[in-house]
Amino acid sequence: MRPVGYRHTPAGRVGAVARWVALVVAAALFLLPFAVLVRDGVATGWSTVAEVFSGDEVPFARSLLNSTVVAVLQTAGQLLVCSLAGYGLARVPYRHAPVVLYAIVATLMVPTAVTFVPSFVVVSSLGWLSDLRGLVVPGLFSALNVFLFRQYFLDFPVALEEAGRLDGLSRWGVFRRVVVPNSTAFFAAIAVIDFIGSWNQFLWPLVIAQDSTSWTVQVAMSSLLTAQNPKITLLFAAAAVSILPIVLVFVLLQRYLVRGVTETGLTG
Amino acid sequence: MSGRRAALAFWLFVGPFAAGLLLFTYVPIGWSAYLSFFDARNTVTPTDFVGFDNYAGVLTDRAFLDSIGTFTVFAAFVIPATVVAALALALLVDRVPVARAFFRSVFFLPFACSYVVAALVWKMALFSGVDSGVANTVLGWFGGEPQAWTGTVDPPLYWVVLVTTRLWLQLGFYMILFIAALQRIPAHLYEAAWTDGASPGWQTFRHVTLPGLRGALVAVLTLNLINAYQAFDEFYNILGDSRGYPPFARPPLVYLYYTSLGSGGQDLGRGSAGAVVLALVIALVTLLSGRVLRRVG
Repeated sequence: MRPVGYRHTPAGRVGAVARWVALVVAAALFLLPFAVLVRDGVATGWSTVAEVFSGDEVPFARSLLNSTVVAVLQTAGQLLVCSLAGYGLARVPYRHAPVVLYAIVATLMVPTAVTFVPSFVVVSSLGWLSDLRGLVVPGLFSALNVFLFRQYFLDFPVALEEAGRLDGLSRWGVFRRVVVPNSTAFFAAIAVIDFIGSWNQFLWPLVIAQDSTSWTVQVAMSSLLTAQNPKITLLFAAAAVSILPIVLVFVLLQRYLVRGVTETGLTG
Repeated sequence: MSGRRAALAFWLFVGPFAAGLLLFTYVPIGWSAYLSFFDARNTVTPTDFVGFDNYAGVLTDRAFLDSIGTFTVFAAFVIPATVVAALALALLVDRVPVARAFFRSVFFLPFACSYVVAALVWKMALFSGVDSGVANTVLGWFGGEPQAWTGTVDPPLYWVVLVTTRLWLQLGFYMILFIAALQRIPAHLYEAAWTDGASPGWQTFRHVTLPGLRGALVAVLTLNLINAYQAFDEFYNILGDSRGYPPFARPPLVYLYYTSLGSGGQDLGRGSAGAVVLALVIALVTLLSGRVLRRVG
């Protein structure tokens, strides 16, 4: 690896030890919150976890189900809608494509802070408050995802697509039978990022899910946290349960996650 | 392929997304601009035109101006700390000879955690006001008095809680961006620097590593700025409780939430005016920072 040249000098060795110590200390600090979560949440026993699910103030089991449905539908929907748009923008020679691309990328500059109030207005006019549609649909149209898919498809080998065309496939057929099957790693990377983002989102569900039956797990957790006299052991048990799916996704699919973050071309 | 067929194919692919973007981004922004000129309390279809009253209201509202101030303080702490610490972590992890994947995972793991869960751990365990809280225990080792971290305004100890929460959650993400950039710096540049007599350490870092990271630095600064504007989750969950939200430390998003949707106001007109003003402020800052970054880069 790169800075190898000086590792065998005495000064280099002292530096290496200092760096090692710094890393271990930093790692311990980063793991501390997880240790607290396990100590105060899981280690209090199954009865606490059972109590979280049976408590009648907060519909916790329902909120976990809602989060699962929202995260799965939103991730699948984003992949479908955004990959199609990214492919069209990358490959179809349409005269006005640059204008459309500009109109999409321009929305990346508009932060949530500016759009959540008006988006609430639109969703409430559609009658989608406290409704699965209100939680899932507005989040499908991620301009960032479209941009990333477009960048990816621009680099996709044209020769493969031309072979598909010669076999008599339509443009759609090429996309479905050639491009998508050869891009599973990239789709997986985006899916992991989208799933984690969807599972963890808080402000939008807080605004939209006004009826407790439509709460996601983050909103349920927050209401436990801001309740009068919050029961701390219950809270930690709930938190431990709520991060379980994400930790699982993280551990199983971490390489896709890292690839997704690094391949986004943000640092190029 | 004729132009018309290309247009058809294009809209078949891009159409569903474009329609959604139109309905859920462009229409809301237009609607918000419209609402900002009406008295829209508890209604999304107002009839009372009030001109610039909502703008005057929001610009003379102490809480709104304070929220801009809160954002500025928050960004001033979080952005430099994130850049320096993420870069330091990236350099350490990139150069550690063993267990590189382990360390990378440890620092990246919080990225998968929600702000709500982090807020809970910070508020109830690490920085809880009781003597047995982690921070108070550490203070005790050095003979310090236990502190009510989230509730102490003078000195503003609540900032320690808010800033460390965000650092823990986002450092790993930026570290990964830096690591990716570090690995793209060609090895021969380092060898050339050593041949030229640069000492491996600060000089190499200054003349090879840092210039190679310019693109990543700009990306990290920009993303940090955008993310700092979105600050809501940790503020809401750390500082709010059943009694409501304290008057201090409301970032813009918390202000807009309470003004337009919170239990008190439901004033969508004023909330929309606030959103428009905020959009202008953000555009201005982005423009200025872009100019500064270009001069640096």
